[in-house]
Amino acid sequence: MNKVDRWLLPDGIEEILPSEASHIESLRRLVVNLFQRFGYDYVIPPMVEFIDSLLTGSGELANLDTFKVVDQLSGKTMGMRADITPQIARMDAHSLKREGINRLCYAGHVLYTKPKSPLASRTPIQVGVELFGESGLDADKEVISLLLETLKVTGLPHMYVDIGHVGVYRGIMASLDLTPAQQSEYRTLLQSKSTSAIAAWVEANVSSKQGAALLNLLPTLAGSDDILEQAKAQLVDAPEEVHIAINELIAVNNTIKARFPNVKCYFDLSELRGYHYYTGLIFGAFAPGVGNALANGGRYDHVGESFGHARPATGFTVNLTAISQVSGHKQKECSGIYVAPANNCDTAWQEVSSLREKGERVVMGLSDQTGPYAHQMCDRELIKQGDTYTVVSL
Amino acid sequence: MSDASSTLTIALTKGRILKETLPLLAAAGIEPLEDMSKSRKLTFETTAKGVRLLLLRGSDVPTYVQYGAADVGISGKDMMLEYGAEHFYEPLDLGIAKCKLMTAGIKGETLKPGRIRVATKYVNVAKRFYAEQGRQVDIIKLYGAMELAPILHLADEIVDIVDTGNTLKANGLEQRDFIADISSRLIVNKASMKMKHQQIEALVSAAKSAITAQ
Repeated sequence: MNKVDRWLLPDGIEEILPSEASHIESLRRLVVNLFQRFGYDYVIPPMVEFIDSLLTGSGELANLDTFKVVDQLSGKTMGMRADITPQIARMDAHSLKREGINRLCYAGHVLYTKPKSPLASRTPIQVGVELFGESGLDADKEVISLLLETLKVTGLPHMYVDIGHVGVYRGIMASLDLTPAQQSEYRTLLQSKSTSAIAAWVEANVSSKQGAALLNLLPTLAGSDDILEQAKAQLVDAPEEVHIAINELIAVNNTIKARFPNVKCYFDLSELRGYHYYTGLIFGAFAPGVGNALANGGRYDHVGESFGHARPATGFTVNLTAISQVSGHKQKECSGIYVAPANNCDTAWQEVSSLREKGERVVMGLSDQTGPYAHQMCDRELIKQGDTYTVVSL
Repeated sequence: MSDASSTLTIALTKGRILKETLPLLAAAGIEPLEDMSKSRKLTFETTAKGVRLLLLRGSDVPTYVQYGAADVGISGKDMMLEYGAEHFYEPLDLGIAKCKLMTAGIKGETLKPGRIRVATKYVNVAKRFYAEQGRQVDIIKLYGAMELAPILHLADEIVDIVDTGNTLKANGLEQRDFIADISSRLIVNKASMKMKHQQIEALVSAAKSAITAQ
């Protein structure tokens, strides 16, 4: 590295400059306050922890996403978190051990070995909630509603929600006799929605006529809410688990329609994002102008098991860095009171303090302040008239 | 995604694929307002309101679609195999511009055992293919005229798309292993599919029925 490029940051690692930083911070406060008003307790998990607990139940992909270092004290491998959810699950199952319902929320940086999508940050700020101890659909409804409220307070103009249910795929798979390798091949094709490739694969791998029909049908079950009733009719012979899943989707759709009439929903019964992890309803949020999900969530009932305390769980994670980019942060308005160097003295202190207590931004002038930032974006000035101080426009 | 939620941006591949693509788009009521093959422009308005066409190199189409700069793209399966198909949906095989992705080498020559050199523009595809064959290879990235590489002993084999096989024959090369069947595909940005599914669904089903009718 020569002297010229010593300032370069690694790909996908960013610094956030004043105007955007203050926008992100105000979003973070808005969102965490909202979570707390819904009864979610704020917790601060550590940046690094042992890889064994960090990667619990999350599969090989999470392992490849995680930066690792060796802990000099124990010789064990530690990971920089690439996901905060497993940490919250550990805190619920092991550190808090509350019985019954436990609602937790968090906000913090995560670190990815590679960006989730081209141009995306490798150090996004994530905020989210997790609701433990309730397996009923009311918990899923609460969490989805909270996600929509969250996006609302961040000021996103248009919201799109993508909803699926891994129970549909799991139910169909349970009724068929496919090897794990075959299931994995089919899942890969299913995620591409390539109906011709799926048809060719089914032809070669599935002998039962009914099974083949189900596997060919699944990728087509996506669209607005009318596909739910359609799916119910077309999957009439499918196993019970599939019907339970579709009924849950219908119930959630009714709730969203009643609570958030302006939100547009897209249902996709073949969506299997985070398949190894999620066990029920899954959802994501999108906004025009962003090629990737701004938030992801769903039900994951088995993660607590490896911490010795199996708990039903559902929650979501919002990418605050991505939201701040679409929610259109405005250049911060000039607002503040400037005190010229001549008035920066001990006698002015009480006056300045009382202004600051009222919530005003007061900037003290220093001896050689000149140039465009001299007034520190202030729109008013504190001046001394006789023995009293008054605030005048600049 | 292209900006507003009511518009649809479709990235097309220049050249031969374009000629065969336009009739399929016309079946969906989308026709460019001027002759795309004669204009030097890169974006074109169409007869369908809010639908815009982009004219790109085939290898750039997956990039535009994955980033969301275009909602929909049309490009060869070879580009998708190279780029990684998990980044977008691929709902429709257009069945046009058909060819095969093959390995090829000097006619009659047997491949030496052990590590070999392979020249290709499909670096990821070649790496994957030879790894599946249990063979370690060194890849040389070239941008064209692959057939020269074995002749000048730059590489032992090449990986390239083969249509008639005449270029290989003319240069004393032979086709060896089959890697994949190639045709043009319609791909969709994952977020666009969720936000503009009615428009995209209509486009896909119109193109589909045009293909079946042919």
